[in-house]
Amino acid sequence: MKRNPLAAGLLALLLMLTASFTIAACGEDDDEGSSTGAATETTGESASAIESNPDNKKVKLTIGSKNFTEQKVLGEIYAQGLAAAGYTVDTQLNLGDEKIALKALETGEISAYPEYTGTALGSFFGVPSNEIPKDPQAAYEEAKADFAKKKITALPPTPFTSSNEVGLTKEKADELGVTKISDLEGKSQDLTLYGSPECRQREDCLLGLQRVYGLKFKKFVPVDIALRHEVLDKGQADLSIVFTTDPQIKRNGYVLLEDDQGMFPPYNSMLLVSDDTYQEAGLDLPEVVGKLQEGLNAAAIQELNARVDIDKKTPEQVAGEYLSESGLVQ
Amino acid sequence: MLDLIAQLQIQDRSGGEADCVADNGFCPSWIVDNFDRYTDPLVQHVYLTVISLVIGFGISFGLALLAHRRRWFIGPITQITGVLYTLPSLAVFFLLLPITGRGNTTAIIALVSYSLLIIFRNIMAGLDNVPAETKDAGRGMGLTDRQLLWRVELPLALPEILAGLRIAATTTVGLATLAFFAGAGGLGEQIFADIIFKSNVVTAGGLAVLLAAALDAVILLVQRAVTPWTRARAA
Amino acid sequence: MTTTIAFLGEFGDAIQFIFQGQTTQEGTEVGGSQFLDLTWEHLKLTFAAMGVACAIAIPAGLWLGHIRRGSFLAISVSNVGRAVPSLALIALFVAYLGTGFTNVTLALVLLAIPPILTNTYVAVTQVEGDTVDAARGMGMTGAEIVRKVELPLALPLIFGGVRISAVNVIATATIAPLAGINTLGDPIINVSGYGDTGRLAAAMCVAALAIFTELALGAVQRAVTPAGLKLEPDTASRRMRLRFGREATT
Repeated sequence: MKRNPLAAGLLALLLMLTASFTIAACGEDDDEGSSTGAATETTGESASAIESNPDNKKVKLTIGSKNFTEQKVLGEIYAQGLAAAGYTVDTQLNLGDEKIALKALETGEISAYPEYTGTALGSFFGVPSNEIPKDPQAAYEEAKADFAKKKITALPPTPFTSSNEVGLTKEKADELGVTKISDLEGKSQDLTLYGSPECRQREDCLLGLQRVYGLKFKKFVPVDIALRHEVLDKGQADLSIVFTTDPQIKRNGYVLLEDDQGMFPPYNSMLLVSDDTYQEAGLDLPEVVGKLQEGLNAAAIQELNARVDIDKKTPEQVAGEYLSESGLVQ
Repeated sequence: MLDLIAQLQIQDRSGGEADCVADNGFCPSWIVDNFDRYTDPLVQHVYLTVISLVIGFGISFGLALLAHRRRWFIGPITQITGVLYTLPSLAVFFLLLPITGRGNTTAIIALVSYSLLIIFRNIMAGLDNVPAETKDAGRGMGLTDRQLLWRVELPLALPEILAGLRIAATTTVGLATLAFFAGAGGLGEQIFADIIFKSNVVTAGGLAVLLAAALDAVILLVQRAVTPWTRARAA
Repeated sequence: MTTTIAFLGEFGDAIQFIFQGQTTQEGTEVGGSQFLDLTWEHLKLTFAAMGVACAIAIPAGLWLGHIRRGSFLAISVSNVGRAVPSLALIALFVAYLGTGFTNVTLALVLLAIPPILTNTYVAVTQVEGDTVDAARGMGMTGAEIVRKVELPLALPLIFGGVRISAVNVIATATIAPLAGINTLGDPIINVSGYGDTGRLAAAMCVAALAIFTELALGAVQRAVTPAGLKLEPDTASRRMRLRFGREATT
């Protein structure tokens, strides 16, 4: 079949135009010298800017967060976004694990913090992990209803889900010949699993692996969440609990075992606010939070995590970059 | 479809290129560029250390004056300050938690109680080492007990007192790195902010060591300045 | 008044936690006999570190003291050692070597050596020159002098150094959970599951362990003091000097 030369020419012109647009937009490079390869764009609607409302000044919000990178970044995004909307904002990030954070919220030490739907249902409300709805929206609705009984409002969740996963190095995965968590059966008693300290008590972590998959590990070693990749790299851990939004997975080529029995629930992040604060803060609060969360898909949150963990920027800086790059704050 | 305005720029990081910072290595250029991250923790650390030393010195000095006159106090004071010295600071932070809560107060109380024994025993040792003849000479000149203490015994005891202060200073700087467990910030908090990044740990830890060395040197200089006769004696 | 009862209550809860333990919401056991496991880990780490440190520091101190050389090194190592924060040392080892029992032990050994080395050195140099001369005059070789004369006279101070070191190591082993070793610091650093009560209970256990070690090694120190030295008048200042030697007055 003969190609139509005119169509080919127009196609080429269109391609050239698109290419030059793209190159112009990617033109500004990171000055920290850590960018490798070409920058890629995400598809997403550009969010409209947050406007400052002077009425909000009298409302004092204290935003808390748990003790790992993604939480600190989220906390900063909410804090800076709400400050841009005119609220008087204070932060208390890096509180600790989920139980400590919830306690801080309940005692009024903080006004709000981001929590994951799966974590809340499993850790706070005692739902066995295989009974948590697999649909993110359904999981959110259930969590929201449960939190309402605690006089806490759970705002709608983020697009991204950040799940716990069992990770190992490529070499180890090839050596063991495993691709799914069930493959570990019969092998796990010779393997050491490293996880966060709270993992020992969680259905969506060690307890679940023991009860749902029936796995017995040679040893479970609790280490600080920040060390979850180090222990794989240094060869101390055979398996480690990592998060799907970790940028290190792609960078270091870890293998994530498939959750074939559906043990891990959805983990979308939602902002928990005490009922009193929610009433006091007015309509701007859910609106601003919605705007902030709009652009947080999996690729975006992974990029933000990477900027902290790999580029070594502070969560405060990275949140600021997110807000300005997304046009939320001028 | 492709909205090129106002979006988060995503970078392709799957290349896995070796990069000092991305590999959590020791990167001097990064340290220089980001040194302002360490100024606040350093200031907090200095604050905690200096306040604890001042309060600790004040309390120990009072106890020493008391024990100098009434010797039987030495035993009980040594026992009590000895127990406080033995208790691990981390444990003390959490033992105090139900009483004084999180924050600078808890940290300072723990740091002060650790330093009491060191300073107290050095003041006592210094006072005890004043030669008897000197004291007799002073009494012979008509000095009262109090004048003897302030004009003769304490000045002669200064080298040992300041030596004790130097030891207390270096150990307090070291312990203050744990102060963030009590909610008081400091260089320890900065270490924890990225415990696998070698540059961070080395810088924060190194600053603590430098601070200890600096305090040590400052007190030593004060000692040399205030007790010129010791230099003459050593020469 | 109510605050007094309140915090007594918290301490009371903590004591109960130590002896009876609790079952968490998820059905795992914490406290009670589990604390024995934690204590055993803590002690294992302490013994390992102290063993290696003594094996290195005591011979080195004895030798340097005997030949009366290296006083700058022996004293400075303590000054430098004091200035290095234990947290920084553990963090450094985790960052460079990774987690694990060996790595933490290495860090603790580095921490434990200075007091033992300095005290051993000072103790040996404090043995009066006349005594050593007399021994040489009696025909003893260098090694025999160290073994039969200097070492026994130096033992009290050496044990003083060992005691200070041991308490330091016990205190630092509390932050070993950062490197994956579950000592009594686990309820303090990794609070989850234990709760505030568990954390307070662990703090009390660590404090008790430190005091117990101090008293036990103090008794050993008194026991190894040769009878001759014991004849000195037991004044308070002598007790203080025996306890800490000249470490105070560097």
